[in-house]
Amino acid sequence: MTDLERHDYDVVVIGAGGAGLRAAIEAHEQGARTAVVCKSLLGKAHTVMAEGGIAAAMGNVYKEDGWKVHFRDTMRGGKMLNHWRMAQLHAQEAPDRVRELEDWGALFDRTPDGLISQRDFGGHRFARLAHVGDRTGLELIRTLQQQTVALGIDVYMECTVTKLLTAADGSISGAFGYFRESGRFLALQAPSVVLATGGIGKSYKVTSNSWEYTGDGHSLALAAGATLVNMEFVQFHPTGMVWPPSVRGILVTESVRGDGGVLKNSSGNRFMFDYIPDYFRKETAETEEEADRWYTDKTNNRRPPELLPRDEVARAINSEVKAGRGSPHGGVFLDIASRRDADYIRKRLPSMYHQFKELAEVDITAEAMEVGPTCHYVMGGVEVDPETAAAAVPGLYAAGEVAGGMHGSNRLGGNSLSDLLVFGRRAGTAAAAHAATTSAAALPEAALQEAEAAALAPFQRGGGENPYTIHAELQETMNELVGIIRTESEVSQALKQIEELKVRAKALTVQGERRYNPGWHLALDLPNMLRVSEAIARAALERQESRGGHTRDDFPGPSDEWAKINVICTQDGDGIALSRKPLPVMPPELAEIFEESA
Amino acid sequence: MSYEANLRVWRGDAAGGGLQDFTVTVNEGEVVLDILHRLQATQTPDLAVRWNCKAGKCGSCSAEINGRPRLLCLTRMGTFTEDEVITVTPLRAFPVMRDLVTDVSFNYEKAAQIPAFSPRPREADGSHRMQQIDVERPQEFRKCIECFLCQDVCHVVRDHEDNKKSFAGPRFLMRIAELDMHPLDQLDRKDVAQEEHGLGMCNITKCCSEVCPEGIKITDNALIPMKERVVDRKYVPSTWLGRTIGRRKG
Repeated sequence: MTDLERHDYDVVVIGAGGAGLRAAIEAHEQGARTAVVCKSLLGKAHTVMAEGGIAAAMGNVYKEDGWKVHFRDTMRGGKMLNHWRMAQLHAQEAPDRVRELEDWGALFDRTPDGLISQRDFGGHRFARLAHVGDRTGLELIRTLQQQTVALGIDVYMECTVTKLLTAADGSISGAFGYFRESGRFLALQAPSVVLATGGIGKSYKVTSNSWEYTGDGHSLALAAGATLVNMEFVQFHPTGMVWPPSVRGILVTESVRGDGGVLKNSSGNRFMFDYIPDYFRKETAETEEEADRWYTDKTNNRRPPELLPRDEVARAINSEVKAGRGSPHGGVFLDIASRRDADYIRKRLPSMYHQFKELAEVDITAEAMEVGPTCHYVMGGVEVDPETAAAAVPGLYAAGEVAGGMHGSNRLGGNSLSDLLVFGRRAGTAAAAHAATTSAAALPEAALQEAEAAALAPFQRGGGENPYTIHAELQETMNELVGIIRTESEVSQALKQIEELKVRAKALTVQGERRYNPGWHLALDLPNMLRVSEAIARAALERQESRGGHTRDDFPGPSDEWAKINVICTQDGDGIALSRKPLPVMPPELAEIFEESA
Repeated sequence: MSYEANLRVWRGDAAGGGLQDFTVTVNEGEVVLDILHRLQATQTPDLAVRWNCKAGKCGSCSAEINGRPRLLCLTRMGTFTEDEVITVTPLRAFPVMRDLVTDVSFNYEKAAQIPAFSPRPREADGSHRMQQIDVERPQEFRKCIECFLCQDVCHVVRDHEDNKKSFAGPRFLMRIAELDMHPLDQLDRKDVAQEEHGLGMCNITKCCSEVCPEGIKITDNALIPMKERVVDRKYVPSTWLGRTIGRRKG
């Protein structure tokens, strides 16, 4: 293997979004020789697209806020299926993680006292999201990027990992990948690997996710012997753009609703009042008047139903459209123009203003937006230990969207950026500690050769299909058959189609050469997308209830039995095997928080 | 509403290449990046294009369209007539890797050379207090998505390869201005801007501001104020005297 570039590290972080960079910074500060490997250029990861803010109970705007309230909101938003310990650590540590970003140069919007301002978001009891206009993700990634550069951490840009390498005892020994630019191969030897690869949205046709979101980390973890938890829970963000077709799925931030925007159907009705579930009735406004007063007086009024958790709002929009009360292009109307003045909208939502102006020729200060659900986030992911973010394979860690458990069956807006920081840091600490006591086993030469042969195989086969066709069919399948509303027959049909696509993907052919060849890159991402899609579909078929981001038409409503069960995926040969595991039980002192407020 | 567009795309690598003509279907509302993706899916599976978010937020898909630096994802096909030939070429100021993808490592090298943010300590209660009005000036520059279109269009870089050694380009001179205006930063950045990163080579033609997809007023709000501060420092007699005496003592 003459063109194999080799390096040796203590900690290798795969992914350079918020979780990856935060993990790398921490591992470096703990003294570990650390490298980051990322599929794109540094600073382009999907975190950049986060808009609304970072949820952290800092109490800068509402003194009543605190970690227990944030913990409660997070668990209730996830319909109590969250790993309680992750939700607790997240709520407790998020404020410190936000504050340290300021030490690294972040410039958040301010309160009149000069503290970090906090804004309202769905499912959060108090205004809690630290933000910079509606481009908080950009601020987060740039701050972490600049800190990574300042610390001199090695970054391998435009480099994709295709295989995790393991020693004879099953523990991690490194990672194998290729440089997109040259097509040359890279082997990194390290006792600790942190997965921070984000989500899976590119398996769906309508998605807010970028091309990188092909489930690489989920798939790498499975192949290395780790487990995934609750993959059936996929979040459809209620408000994606729907028109024109080429921008369908691009995110419209929840801040539009947090800042006063409301959802209306074709008759101009604020339909969300018709979709308040009993579970949230006590904390949701009953009249438009009460809802409107809430923006300025949260103590004496309840929150507008437009700010219910995302799963509730997405299902409501889906129902309105199905009932024939949708907008001309198959969405509903999101109206802030008639409720706030133009200056306020441009100031609070500058990138939404820009996005609609540039891409849809719509002036959001003058007319309503058309919006509909879009595949946005996967709650399921690598099963990890809450304290250390360690996966089931020794030396393997996972943080951010690729990890599961934290968000239960549905994630609250704003809880992702804080999740990246809290568990990115924890993964970095644990990965460095593991590396300090373990040296990586020599990389297995046979496995390296196998990985190289697998990567080059699509060039050597002749006469197969091109990967774009197979990808488009997979996206169609997942969107139509394993989308917001699921039934046994449709999910079974999807699994059948995925099996066929797996066979076709093994025979696909790539044209051209190895240097910067997007067709080849897609061919290597495709097996990951297929594996993750199968995991989602199998888990969706298994869970016979409706909860959060998993709605079964044939099993409407949550079940008490399923409330105590996690669905676990492992790799079994070429397929996915399922098992059930009891949900970890919350200690009594935390359970009391829910009794007090009930 | 669909029609067939005439696209001329540069294909090749560092060794050479040329423009190739394609006819591609265009649907309502599509942007140039959609058309290049359709080209990949149907005619040229190995066409190299760098992109990520396709929503104007990440700054990856920079190229030149009819000779003008643009983001491929924010350039609507509707801005051209149906019979117009649309020419797409890689950024001219950076070396070509393949097709429309260029080697932008110059920018990452410059970023690493800028002295890092150096904040004053936190207040006694563990917080940093800053007023909104004070954070707004540097916040404008932090809207930058690092598409490097400003670096590409700046003639100091574009027309004079040699200048790359001593000139950081608008993006990174703006970064220095951002740190200089940051309420918490403690370093004096004027000398670095002028002596090491070539602020004086900018002759304020404002080409950078014109191509910025975020509409940042790079020249007016970052580079000119930074130039003024450098000038104050250099030529205000009292400052000059103070520094000169200080230097002798040291």
